[in-house]
Amino acid sequence: MSEAVAAIMFAAVILYAVFAGADFGSGTWDLVAGNARRGAATRRLIDRAIGPVWEAHHVWLIFILVFLWTGFPGPFGTIMRELAIPFWLVGLGIVLRGSGFAFRKYAPDIGWARVAGSTFALSSVVTPFFLGTIAGAIASGRVGTGAEGVVWMSPTSWIGGVLAVLTTTFLAGVFLAEEARRHGADPALMESLRKRSIVMGAVTGVVALAAVVPLQADAPTLADGLTGRGAPLIIASALGGAMTLVLLQQGKLRSARVAAASAVAAVVAGWGFGQYPWVLVDAVTIEDGAANSTTLAGLLIASGVAAVIVVPALVLLYRLADSSQLGSSH
Amino acid sequence: MSPNSLILADALLPARNQMALSLGAHIVLACFGMAMPAMIFVLHRRGLRGDDVALELAKRWSKVSGVLFAIGAVSGTILSFEMGLLWPGLMEQYGEVIGLAFALEGVSFFVEAIFLGIYVYGWGRLPGRAHILMLVPMIISGIAGSFFIVSVNAWMNAPTGFTEVDGVVVDVDPIRAIFNDAVLLQFLHMFLAAYMVAGFCIATIYAVGLLKGRNDRHHRLGFLVPLAFVAIATPLQPVVGHFAGQRIADDQPIKLAAIEGLAETEERVPTVLGGVFIDGELVGEIEVPIEGLGSFLAQNSFDAEIIGLDAVPEDERPPVNIVRFSFQIMVGIGTALVGLIAWSAWGWFRNRDEFFTNTWRLRAFVLAGPAAIVAMETGWITTEVGRQPWIVHGLMRTEDAVTDGNWVWWTLIAMIIVYAGLGLAGGAVLRSMTRRWAAGEHDLASPYGPSMDELEASRGDRSEVPA
Ligand code: HDD
Ligand code: HEM
Ligand code: HEM
Repeated sequence: MSEAVAAIMFAAVILYAVFAGADFGSGTWDLVAGNARRGAATRRLIDRAIGPVWEAHHVWLIFILVFLWTGFPGPFGTIMRELAIPFWLVGLGIVLRGSGFAFRKYAPDIGWARVAGSTFALSSVVTPFFLGTIAGAIASGRVGTGAEGVVWMSPTSWIGGVLAVLTTTFLAGVFLAEEARRHGADPALMESLRKRSIVMGAVTGVVALAAVVPLQADAPTLADGLTGRGAPLIIASALGGAMTLVLLQQGKLRSARVAAASAVAAVVAGWGFGQYPWVLVDAVTIEDGAANSTTLAGLLIASGVAAVIVVPALVLLYRLADSSQLGSSH
Repeated sequence: MSPNSLILADALLPARNQMALSLGAHIVLACFGMAMPAMIFVLHRRGLRGDDVALELAKRWSKVSGVLFAIGAVSGTILSFEMGLLWPGLMEQYGEVIGLAFALEGVSFFVEAIFLGIYVYGWGRLPGRAHILMLVPMIISGIAGSFFIVSVNAWMNAPTGFTEVDGVVVDVDPIRAIFNDAVLLQFLHMFLAAYMVAGFCIATIYAVGLLKGRNDRHHRLGFLVPLAFVAIATPLQPVVGHFAGQRIADDQPIKLAAIEGLAETEERVPTVLGGVFIDGELVGEIEVPIEGLGSFLAQNSFDAEIIGLDAVPEDERPPVNIVRFSFQIMVGIGTALVGLIAWSAWGWFRNRDEFFTNTWRLRAFVLAGPAAIVAMETGWITTEVGRQPWIVHGLMRTEDAVTDGNWVWWTLIAMIIVYAGLGLAGGAVLRSMTRRWAAGEHDLASPYGPSMDELEASRGDRSEVPA
């Protein structure tokens, strides 16, 4: 039963990475969109794309946290004690990003809008970075093992942080390009997003490949898992990434969006399989860290309830957003 | 050890202040999230029946609630971080007992967030009937979510649903933990408080407008709808509060002793107002001249014995004055607001036109919104501080739950700065929204002020154009 709970929790991690990842990555594009005039079209596009959905996507993170502390209370305590600093930075980033996004839309004047907008954009980059360092710290076998030094400052953590920023940006670029195509208002913007996403995808791929070497030295357990149990997923992810680039090149944006999302989902799933059966690598296994079986059963039932209630609602939200029945709120 | 020495544990003081600050801020936003969908529903329904003013109000309120919800959601996220970051001892030990409530809360707010997205972005895009229906899941999930979260707090007051053997939690019954003995009354009290906070605050805003002479249908309706909600909630609140107090008398007698300032266990206890608790006794209080009223209120019998602070060792007593002052402020405000509702009812049935111009009553309503917030916050202080030194009543001390991190002062300072900034920015944004609306602007452009046409129009005469 503990494994079922862990699997559901990790499924939420994947969904968060893909959906909230694309929202976060939009912030990077917002950041580099240029001054108020040049960036106007990009920012309007971003606002329309993530406005209706980002709060719902954000809740996946709450889900993960709640599942972790309920299903795996011991490891949760350890994570929170040892990774307090990056968690605070993530928290700060989330607060600033959400309020920046909400405020800039209704800002009293352009000055306020600039401050709110850049707060949103900057914290959209910082937040995934620190989420990546947290993942890296756990995956490298430093949390709960009494490792020396700052546990979230190892090479693996850096790789996690950088890859998180790159993948979310890549993902967002592809999503936004498709969004721009669908609304058809601004072909130039679509074109530029498409081209820059190809570059982002290539950069992300190169960094991911290069990361293999330091990982082998710094996170041996994870590296074993990635090349063993996780290998098919990692390969699938690489193929998905390559395919995204081809589709982008051909201008098939709708399919590119699916391919990019699959690539990201596959790499995150690869990490999950790679570190199985550990909750905290080299320290606590899923089975040893799990709560009592009644609570685990409760969580499974709660997930069932969520699946029945939340999934149809989410589908409705996406269908409405997709069919352009929802757009920016005016 | 005296209660004061509790704060000597390194991280305890800043951790508590941080929890209080972030919860105190979140809970105000949560009240709007809980209550506004129902109020918007009423307006939207009128609007669908042809009342354009109501429809316009529903549209505006939904935009405001969209902004408030966004900040509520992120401030709530900070809270779930803090449960682990500040109180790892609590979550490690009892996470598996109370976690299910949090999980169900998550489901509820998920639903709320989804339908909020649909509703706020659905204006002019969804057909009216389908659009208004999107509010229904929001109303239900708001209620469900706050039930589950209050259930966690109630569990901390009345922990059940497990046994502890040698410090290890066994035999967990998460359903029993959710439906603990304190949850029903605490939830009802909080539910009413949410409608009061949101209702009186909105009424405050329109009362200001009416006082400035904007006595149009728009302001009348904006004033009347929240008023209708609080007219129901306010008189019920003291009743529920009374039963909450009786619950405390049974389960947490020391909390009650702190509320009453009762040093020693006694029979036929009077009700006393005011006063300060110094050196183990109440000084300067006023006694209500009904013998045994205190006993009666707590135990339904004028002769009943009420447990005093002396029943437990000194290090198990909460700080009396904070608890007592907070409680009296809450009850004082609650009583005054019932009075305001009675006055309004009288005015309403006497003369409808004068109702919207009665300066003194409108002035009272200007104060009522902030007062409702104060009542809610002091209510929380009563239950939270009154539970001290326990984080889980009778089982775990707060000092044993707190983190051993050395960063807590820093995160507290950072949080004060960030929340102060958010408060200022949020205030400015909401003020600007209302100002623009008052100036007759109907739709606010997004995301950066001016609309596309203005952007085009202004191109050329300014070097940098608002985007
Ligand atoms: C608008 C807000 C508001 C108003 C007018 C009142 N309260 Fe209240 N009170 C709350 C808002 C609140 C609260 C914030 O919602 C609390 C904190 C925790 C809770 O469940 O409710 C609370 C707690 C609380 C408690 C402690 C419950 C516990 O620890 O379990 C008692 C005994 C009362 N209240 C009693 C009253 C009485 C007798 C009132 C009437 C005159 C009253 N309250 C008005
Ligand atoms: C369900 C909601 C709540 C939960 C789960 C909760 C939980 C906690 C926890 C874990 C603490 C730290 C331990 C303690 O000092 O008791 C705390 C303290 C505190 N909370 Fe709450 N709380 C809730 C609601 C609130 C609200 C809305 C306020 C608003 C002001 C509040 C005010 C405080 C205060 C003032 C303290 C410090 C107590 C002291 O210094 O003695 N609480 N709460
Ligand atoms: C009695 C106390 C509380 C009440 C009544 C309450 C109520 C609410 C409501 C109504 C919302 C919806 C957002 C909004 O409309 O502003 C919300 C959001 C949230 N609350 Fe609280 N809350 C309370 C305390 C807490 C605590 C202690 C936590 C920490 C675990 C928490 C975590 C959250 C989270 C994570 C969200 C965001 C969910 C979303 O994105 O929709 N809340 N809360």
